Amino acid sequence: MSDSNNTLFVNGREVEIAGERNLLELIRKTGITIPTFCYRSKLSIYGACRLCLVQVEGKGIMASCSTRPEPGMRIETDNKQLHALRKINIELLLANHHRECPSCERSANCTLQDLARQLGVTEVRFKQREKVSPIDDSSPSLVRDPNKCVLCGDCVRVCSEVQTVGALDFAGRGANARVVPAFDQNLNQVECVNCGQCAAVCPTGAIVPKSDRDKVWAAIHDPSKKVVVQIAPAVRVALGERFGFEPGDNVDRRMVGALRLMGFDQIYDTCYAADMTIFEEGTELLERIQNHGALPMFTSCCPGWVKFVETFYPEFLPQVSSTRSPQQIFGAVARKTLPAALNVKPEDLVVVSIMPCTAKKFEAQLPKFRHDGRPDVDYVLTTIEAAQMLESMGINLKKVKPEDFDVPFGMATGGGVIFGATGGVMEAALRFAAEKISGKPLEDVNFSSVRGLAPRKEAVVVVDGKKLRLAIVHGLGNARALLEDLKSGRVEYDFIEVMACPGGCVAGGGQPISNDDEFRTKRADGLYRDDKAREFQKPQENTEVARCYAENLGGAPGSHEAHEWLHTRYVNREQLFNAKLPIMRGSGEVELSICVSCSTRSGSEQGKALIGAISDFLVQQNLNDRVELLAAFTPDPAKDGEATLGTLTFAAGTPVATVLEACQQELNEK
Amino acid sequence: MQSSIEKTQSMIDHLAEVNRILEKNGRQEARLIPILQEIQEVYKYLSRDMIAYVADALGVPASRVYGVATFYAHFSLTPKGKHVFRLCDGTACHVKKSHGILNALYSKLELFGDKNTSDDLLFTVETVSCLGACGLAPVMVVDGEVHGQATPELACQLVDQLRAAEKAN
Repeated sequence: MSDSNNTLFVNGREVEIAGERNLLELIRKTGITIPTFCYRSKLSIYGACRLCLVQVEGKGIMASCSTRPEPGMRIETDNKQLHALRKINIELLLANHHRECPSCERSANCTLQDLARQLGVTEVRFKQREKVSPIDDSSPSLVRDPNKCVLCGDCVRVCSEVQTVGALDFAGRGANARVVPAFDQNLNQVECVNCGQCAAVCPTGAIVPKSDRDKVWAAIHDPSKKVVVQIAPAVRVALGERFGFEPGDNVDRRMVGALRLMGFDQIYDTCYAADMTIFEEGTELLERIQNHGALPMFTSCCPGWVKFVETFYPEFLPQVSSTRSPQQIFGAVARKTLPAALNVKPEDLVVVSIMPCTAKKFEAQLPKFRHDGRPDVDYVLTTIEAAQMLESMGINLKKVKPEDFDVPFGMATGGGVIFGATGGVMEAALRFAAEKISGKPLEDVNFSSVRGLAPRKEAVVVVDGKKLRLAIVHGLGNARALLEDLKSGRVEYDFIEVMACPGGCVAGGGQPISNDDEFRTKRADGLYRDDKAREFQKPQENTEVARCYAENLGGAPGSHEAHEWLHTRYVNREQLFNAKLPIMRGSGEVELSICVSCSTRSGSEQGKALIGAISDFLVQQNLNDRVELLAAFTPDPAKDGEATLGTLTFAAGTPVATVLEACQQELNEK
Repeated sequence: MQSSIEKTQSMIDHLAEVNRILEKNGRQEARLIPILQEIQEVYKYLSRDMIAYVADALGVPASRVYGVATFYAHFSLTPKGKHVFRLCDGTACHVKKSHGILNALYSKLELFGDKNTSDDLLFTVETVSCLGACGLAPVMVVDGEVHGQATPELACQLVDQLRAAEKAN
């Protein structure tokens, strides 16, 4: 510490500068927690909340988050003036805040509440704002309450910087400033992929996961219903945090006991469905490799990633595995087998999931995941909601006796368990594929090169002389960078795992709130420990999955029945956000929405011609009352003539006759 | 067929000017504000389609373009009238009863609250914070022409004149 060229003074004590980017990080190192709303180490520095103020001798009062440490600085972190400033800042925020704390989702878990208490704000001297903004509960995943927003911008920056989605931004100015989707629309009308990272960084209750607790309670309390629940891998290593366990402590068997106490009839493990996912997805990968199908293949477990690629990179959709996510595989298998197995009428079977994820709520309500008018998965609870339900019953997880999952969907291998960490799906798939390719038992099941929190992990695995080039990304910004590299030909892979949330599901938008890598690592370690402790680690060793194939799914992965029940199709959502012009809209109910992209570059004729052909065809066939026809305008000439019919997409350059035939067919089916 | 193609073509023609402005600015995100300014100059306001199109062309989220467009009072997201009355409501003009002029224009053009464009899309009335001509207070700018020591009578007279000129055309 003697090198005075590299030290400064915090409250009179000498502190070494060790490459900290700003005073806030340096002061935190000394054990003093500087309060802040808008500083997050992974996001750009914004300096809006003015709570991290410190006094710098000779310079005055400054925001520590946006001040670089300089040798010799003398800093005071607290004095009369700073104290008063911080307090009044909180008071002003509270005056603008919908102060319904006891009934807020984030009560007792709220930075604003914590800071008000810590700073001793016991009264608010200012009048409450009278303007009330409408709550946006349009999204199946998230609820936005602008009346609780403190305009820190954390959600805006995580959405654009980490996820590169940009569904939210500031609009207006001064007293009219607000955080909103484009054009003040609702969240379900914009590019939001439902990953919930905005809710995870929100310091108040302005963005929270949508709650489905009441619906689940109603089902549990209805004696005519049989309520079954599946629990995702990542839930077991985080739920305990709400009950005094350490992050990463595996509470799966305690959770089973607790859910039984709550009244769930059957408690199953999504890891079972994850094993089955590997049967399907692994088989699909090997088929694509053998038959020179579309490669690289992308995983499809993550509904945030799926909506991202549907919205921003539809050209990659043929490369996304058509295998459903484990949640939806479970739902399908439950609907297919449980009514008979549990002796219950199909309409009385209620399927619930507990997920670390908000996007799973979106996924479960998609019309494509319904059978006979019923959703495969009725309700999705986040980890936090599950904890809240336990708390509301007065159940203390620490005192619950551990119990076992129910058969048959309680059996799972380590391969299914590690799905919850970034790299886990890849590793499980490798355990499957390596054995299938070589035909020999795999000795070492640990592929440690695909683990950890590096933004992009790459590995080449050689099986039987065949090279498999792999990549794993987590966080949609990393996914975007990888897709751009693929497009420009800078990289080549065979198989790619993508998870929307940084760290994978263990840090999903529905998990107990925590935003640093320490939590992510500890939770992932908990899953890898579970994997190691299991008798079976390769998904293909799951005998219950094999039995299910034999009895219900055509005998083997990739069969006709497996395709019908365990696979899905994707939608091009890109055109939804373009400038659009309605060309034709019938007076009747719209049964089919047709949208054709037109390039605005001069000389682009394909889009226009296709619109003309479709409109003629519709009039001739007398179908114009049943459809709407839209033109979407794009500056990209490569998209001229791209068409979507409901859920079908036709690339630019598809013969007109093919598109017209599809129109006819789609309408015939309706 | 012909009518659908024509409809599409007319939108493409409509967007041609935007394309020219985007090209002129090198399709750079950093030039977003000048791009929006030029578009507003041509189309009088920024429509939702225009904002979506610019966002798509620049490869930025529509929420960001919308944020910029709503931040600056200069940008209008609703159609503006052919003739724009800008009324100064800075301190000097305010003291000199600029509100009397505003009220007179509002009642003459049947405007109220946030609705500051007349139904026939001929007139828009706006207030600005200061035109920097406090010596002439109250000041009003009509279609770029400055009127010092304006009165409610003068404002109404100008409306009548412009209306008559429109009718004559």
